[in-house]
Amino acid sequence: MRTLDLITQVLEIIAALAVAPLFVGWINQCRAWLQNRRAPSLWLPYRGIRKLFHKDAVIAERASGLFRIAPYIVFSAMVLAAAIIPSMGTALPFTTAADAIALVGLLATARVFQSLAAMDIGTAFGTLGARREMMVGFLAEPALLIVIFVASIISATTALPAITENLATQHLALYPSLAFSAIAFTLVLLAENARIPIDNPSTHLELTMIHEAMLLEYSARHLALMEWAAALKLFNYACIGFALFVPWGISTSEGTPLTLLASIPLLAGKLLIVGAGLALVETVSAKLRVFRAPEFLATAFLFAVLGLLVHLLLGA
Amino acid sequence: MPLRSYFARSRVQPGAPGMHSLSVQPGEWRVAAEDLAAAGARLVTLWAQRDGRTPPTIHAAFLVEHDGLLLNLELRDPDAPYPGLDDLFVAAARLQRAIADLSGLRSSDPDTRPWLRHVAWPSSYRPLIDPPRPPTDRPLQPETYEFVRVDGEGVHEIPVGPVHAGTIEPGHFRFSVVGEKVLRLEERLGYVHKGIERRFTELSILDGHRLAARVSGDSAVAYSWAYCQALEGMTSTKIPPRAAWLRALCLELERCANHLGDLGALGNDAGFAFGLAQFSRLKEKLLRATQKALGARYLMDAIVPGGTAIDLSGPDDLIQCVRGIAAETATLRTVYDEHEGVRDRFNGAGAVVPELAARLGLTGLAGRASGQAYDLRVDQPCEPYGEFSVEKAGSREGDVAARVSVRFDELKESCRLIEHILAVLPPGPYVAPISAPRDEMLGIGLVEGWRGPVLVALEAGPAGTIRRCHPHDPSWQNWPVLEHAIIGNIVPDFPLINKSFNLSYSGHDL
Repeated sequence: MRTLDLITQVLEIIAALAVAPLFVGWINQCRAWLQNRRAPSLWLPYRGIRKLFHKDAVIAERASGLFRIAPYIVFSAMVLAAAIIPSMGTALPFTTAADAIALVGLLATARVFQSLAAMDIGTAFGTLGARREMMVGFLAEPALLIVIFVASIISATTALPAITENLATQHLALYPSLAFSAIAFTLVLLAENARIPIDNPSTHLELTMIHEAMLLEYSARHLALMEWAAALKLFNYACIGFALFVPWGISTSEGTPLTLLASIPLLAGKLLIVGAGLALVETVSAKLRVFRAPEFLATAFLFAVLGLLVHLLLGA
Repeated sequence: MPLRSYFARSRVQPGAPGMHSLSVQPGEWRVAAEDLAAAGARLVTLWAQRDGRTPPTIHAAFLVEHDGLLLNLELRDPDAPYPGLDDLFVAAARLQRAIADLSGLRSSDPDTRPWLRHVAWPSSYRPLIDPPRPPTDRPLQPETYEFVRVDGEGVHEIPVGPVHAGTIEPGHFRFSVVGEKVLRLEERLGYVHKGIERRFTELSILDGHRLAARVSGDSAVAYSWAYCQALEGMTSTKIPPRAAWLRALCLELERCANHLGDLGALGNDAGFAFGLAQFSRLKEKLLRATQKALGARYLMDAIVPGGTAIDLSGPDDLIQCVRGIAAETATLRTVYDEHEGVRDRFNGAGAVVPELAARLGLTGLAGRASGQAYDLRVDQPCEPYGEFSVEKAGSREGDVAARVSVRFDELKESCRLIEHILAVLPPGPYVAPISAPRDEMLGIGLVEGWRGPVLVALEAGPAGTIRRCHPHDPSWQNWPVLEHAIIGNIVPDFPLINKSFNLSYSGHDL
């Protein structure tokens, strides 16, 4: 293990923790601009988290230990996920422990704990949100897996850094299969991160919520961790997308400190563009009715399968 | 008995045009109500007068075609239940329960659950009659309120409110659902009861319009106009033409502002925040132009007995603003109509078919979206609406999309009316002198607010006091219909459907 690899690993985790709220702030800013509103500060998500950490936690009377411990589990799962997704460099010591399928499993673990915690307190809204979250999850996960399979077959490995490195170092070739997968992945990203058109992150209508409904009973540090984890999840998904579809500029296993340094502004640029794109999608669409969510995710699955078929039949 | 005979026996009621009043005997009360129901009359409101000076009386106001009829029933024995109208008119059920809570007069309806009374006062106390209750340290025993239970496999209840996740008024909604599908909704309101009717009796009759304007803030003009109409009817005051036109201007501005706000909120509830941003901008523009022309953003104290408190200053900016709003709204309407996601959310959601709307007495804007083509500005026009030939908006679909479309139509029509009023506003004084009416006189004010018909029943006391004042909001009629509109829809569509009605809590709970 090179020292540089260790530095890359540490840098990636710190960057994810630090930048994730900023990414959310950027999306909110773009959304505001697109709606002809004056935008809130980029630093608002940080202030929100800091404020929550300063408050005293209120916990529902009959909440079990699960309810208290879930924010830590969910947050840790997201940090761990950030550690194994190559966002700046592919030479990550942690990734030998987990491949892309394990990553999907890690995200699912966070989901399960979040849903269990939401049902733990026994309010109608927690259960409602958890139920909807599981529905979205079980429809989105297969699509996500197939997207990853396409990239895995191209690179003949399920290790995420190896896939990224393989795609990044090849001659620039257009893979139709990856184009289909990219569409599928975008739809999954929207659904999994509680964005419009599946969920509305800025709603105050408790009956329509999915992700927010599960957080209604959380306060103070628990809520801060949950919100930070949600920002990390969005950041992680964006980075999975970069690793699979636009891996260029990432520092590879032969990388030098210079390539690692060069990957930082590139990642920032990619995040800026994707954030603006997400805001645009969210501005032009309305929220779907809940029973339309399966159709939306079936479309994602269909695109993913199409990508797989295109690759198997055309080898491209 | 045909309705004509009731009208023949009635006398003209001071206040709103076309109102008649008829005192009926106990035996005749139900017969008359049945005849009215059979003839398609609509119940506006029920209220009780019980202050000990005269025998307790139940008043019921109905609208038939172009006329209104007030039935008055004197009760010989206040402790015996009077015959209820809840089987004939759906809205009567809750009005009767409210009468029982406030005045202690019980109807024959077997549903004796309180409606406005939570545990703020004991069931033996009658807030409208008894002397003010001294505050006690001893908290009242909590009472259980029985919701109707739905049984079956997989059925569960979702209690929502009275405290909500957003900053909105308090109301409790009990959903019985299977999965996401709503089988039944039961509302529980009354959380914002604040004793407005009692407060009226402590005011001078020439000051009451200020409280009336504050019954429901979004309908300040409608309520204050209805109050003044009742008062002016009793004193036979003829208000100057300019005052009448200015009042109509205020009412249409209020309608525009509310419709703009609702259209934005409806877009937002469908997850289309662009709509909220645009309509909020237009509403703000209108409010600023209103402030410039009439001195206030919301016209809370604009209407006073005898005329208006304010005159128009510089109509040009307001004309420009309203023209701009009409044009921009037309563009935004095509955005709403052509946006696939918004259309999908609006179409078919919370549908109330015209037959159901007629049976349940759906009124006002929501009624017009369900084929109930009634609009007081056309049917019983008060001064100056007779000169305007207002075009009634309407639809028969009865879903959220229909209520949106009626709002767009009415907005367009109101903009036209405002332009017309501003162009040919008659000159002259804008307020006439008025004196207090004589004791025990009753006046009825009836004005088409943006939500529907707003009624104010005003009874004068001795020496310029108010003996009884009963303001009625159209939300009383439409809250029970909302319970039907949601049946068969999915839970997450409720906020959108609820917003498409946008009913008042404060104006209902009083």
